[in-house]
Amino acid sequence: MFSRAYKAAVTLPPLMWVTVFLLMPYLLMFCYSFWSVSASQTIVHSWNLANYRQLLQVDVYWQTLLRSMWIAARVTLFSLLLAYPLAYFLSFHAGKRKDLLYQLVIIPLWVSYLVRAYAWKTILGSDGVLNTLLQYVHLTKHPLEFLLYSPFAVVLTLTHIYTPFAFLPIYAALEHIPRNLVEASHDLGATPGQTFWKVIFPLSIPGAVAGATFAFVLSLGDFLAPLLLGGPSGIMISNIVVSLFGAAYNWPLGAAISFCMLLLVVSLLFFSERLEKKWSFS
Amino acid sequence: MMTTSEIALRAAGNSARGTTLLSIRNVAKCFGKNAVLRDISLEVAEGEFLTILGESGSGKTTLLRIIAGFETASAGEVWMGEERLDRQPPYRRRVNTVFQHYALFPHLTVEQNVAYGLRVAKRPEAEIASRVEEALAKVKMSAHAKSKPSKISGGQQQRIALARALVNRPRLLLLDEPLSALDANLRRQMQVELKSLQREVGISFIFVTHDQEEAMVMSDRIALLRSGELEQVATPREIYGHPATAYAAQFIGHTNLLKGEVRGGTVRCGPLAWSAALPDGPALFSLRPENVRLTAGNVPTSGTVRVRGRVRHQAFHGATELIRVECADGLALVARTPGSGGTLDDVELEFSSADAILVRESPERI
Repeated sequence: MFSRAYKAAVTLPPLMWVTVFLLMPYLLMFCYSFWSVSASQTIVHSWNLANYRQLLQVDVYWQTLLRSMWIAARVTLFSLLLAYPLAYFLSFHAGKRKDLLYQLVIIPLWVSYLVRAYAWKTILGSDGVLNTLLQYVHLTKHPLEFLLYSPFAVVLTLTHIYTPFAFLPIYAALEHIPRNLVEASHDLGATPGQTFWKVIFPLSIPGAVAGATFAFVLSLGDFLAPLLLGGPSGIMISNIVVSLFGAAYNWPLGAAISFCMLLLVVSLLFFSERLEKKWSFS
Repeated sequence: MMTTSEIALRAAGNSARGTTLLSIRNVAKCFGKNAVLRDISLEVAEGEFLTILGESGSGKTTLLRIIAGFETASAGEVWMGEERLDRQPPYRRRVNTVFQHYALFPHLTVEQNVAYGLRVAKRPEAEIASRVEEALAKVKMSAHAKSKPSKISGGQQQRIALARALVNRPRLLLLDEPLSALDANLRRQMQVELKSLQREVGISFIFVTHDQEEAMVMSDRIALLRSGELEQVATPREIYGHPATAYAAQFIGHTNLLKGEVRGGTVRCGPLAWSAALPDGPALFSLRPENVRLTAGNVPTSGTVRVRGRVRHQAFHGATELIRVECADGLALVARTPGSGGTLDDVELEFSSADAILVRESPERI
């Protein structure tokens, strides 16, 4: 048994860390969200709900939030559609090349986010690789404008960036499925297709939920991809928060939006954990 | 399904003589350069309980997996009746397996696990319900139909795995060390239950185990596998009473291996000598301890071999005692005697020369 002093010694540092760097900033942010900015650009500590009221009443805020969620939802869907088959192939059919392929999926994670975002800029731009190619083969006469500075560009880039995050938990879940269950299914007369839908897929749901949560939460809070590739129509909620804390100098409103986002993400995490628990059997 | 009289017939006779159901022909399996199975030929009769017995690494599980279709043989064929089995995927074979660690689907209830094979075969729901109920009743698990596998004990999971396989009415059931995870008492109970269940359903069983006692208790025939080759295939009585090789004699039960020399119709082995109609040369004999007795002062009948020695070790086994006796010329004999209670010292042993069974040497294999 450990002594009380030892227990205190190991519990205290992380507790301090969480308090100082997580709970206190959140608390401060929560307080800010009830304050306001005076005409002379100073923060007034008068408690009121004006910021939250503004969020509901001014269209641009809740519309941008909805659009951000819609972008994140699409990113999640496409990431899953890419990551699941990839993880399935790697886990069940890659054979000896498994480790190599796994590394190839992971390596992009080591490349700077900015580099990957800029890469898409050079691909999608009017003078970009894609448009040049399309005109070269005479598929189009003029550069396609919707490719860059659009929600399309944001979804594409975020999908590229967050697919590995969706891949990892799915792959881990598939790797944890005992192979004798697959054999048992075949033994009982199930074809490979039936085995996938009746055994492999249900047992991989916790991984898919975790992967979807990663992709959704990470892309919902993203502000660089919309900043670099989004254009006016691809603005996301985080861009608004960034400008409110910066040029617009309205920290209280920014804090209110941040707090709503936090609430949204935390409830999402809570929900997805419930879902994962419901579907895990190990 | 067989009729009761057919089952009774088989139980009485040597079931190996029944109609052949499965025929394994010259099957070999290599993993890379490593030969796991070499030229295995074996037949299984309808309704037979055949045990593949062997140490770990003998290739017994690989052989079972080839029959089930999880491995492909490097050479040879597997036939079931007129049908070539080894070219079909596992899900087309009318063979079901009880896996070593049961392999129950953790996301399905007991009932759904048992119904799995019938569901994928798209049987009508009413039929599925009645067959599942029947199968669960047969293994006495009806009360747990709605439980998840993680909520029931190992022995119960074992029964579900059995019901899940049998509900499909396979022609052949494969069992891969299904009792190895159970504790000794439950294991003995399951051995008896499994055997009587097999008689009842009349399906051929191929049972894989490393436990020779288990093999003896349950099997109609035992196929003893050693380093990828069949050492002997025979009924438990035959294999025990007349082991073909030194390995078979030692692996199944205790034995005394006597290295002798035959000259002019007489076998000599240290201080022992008896007559036998064998060609001249070295010969190896297996002599079971229970066939070696303490002499009771009577006059030896013809064919009785006697030898004096000093008891070196005495081990109490309940109803019997195993004594190890050192005789002249470095010969040591183990005898099984009725527990006398007393400590023995100098003794005279005897055995009937007919009980010394000639066996082949078992050369070392890699």
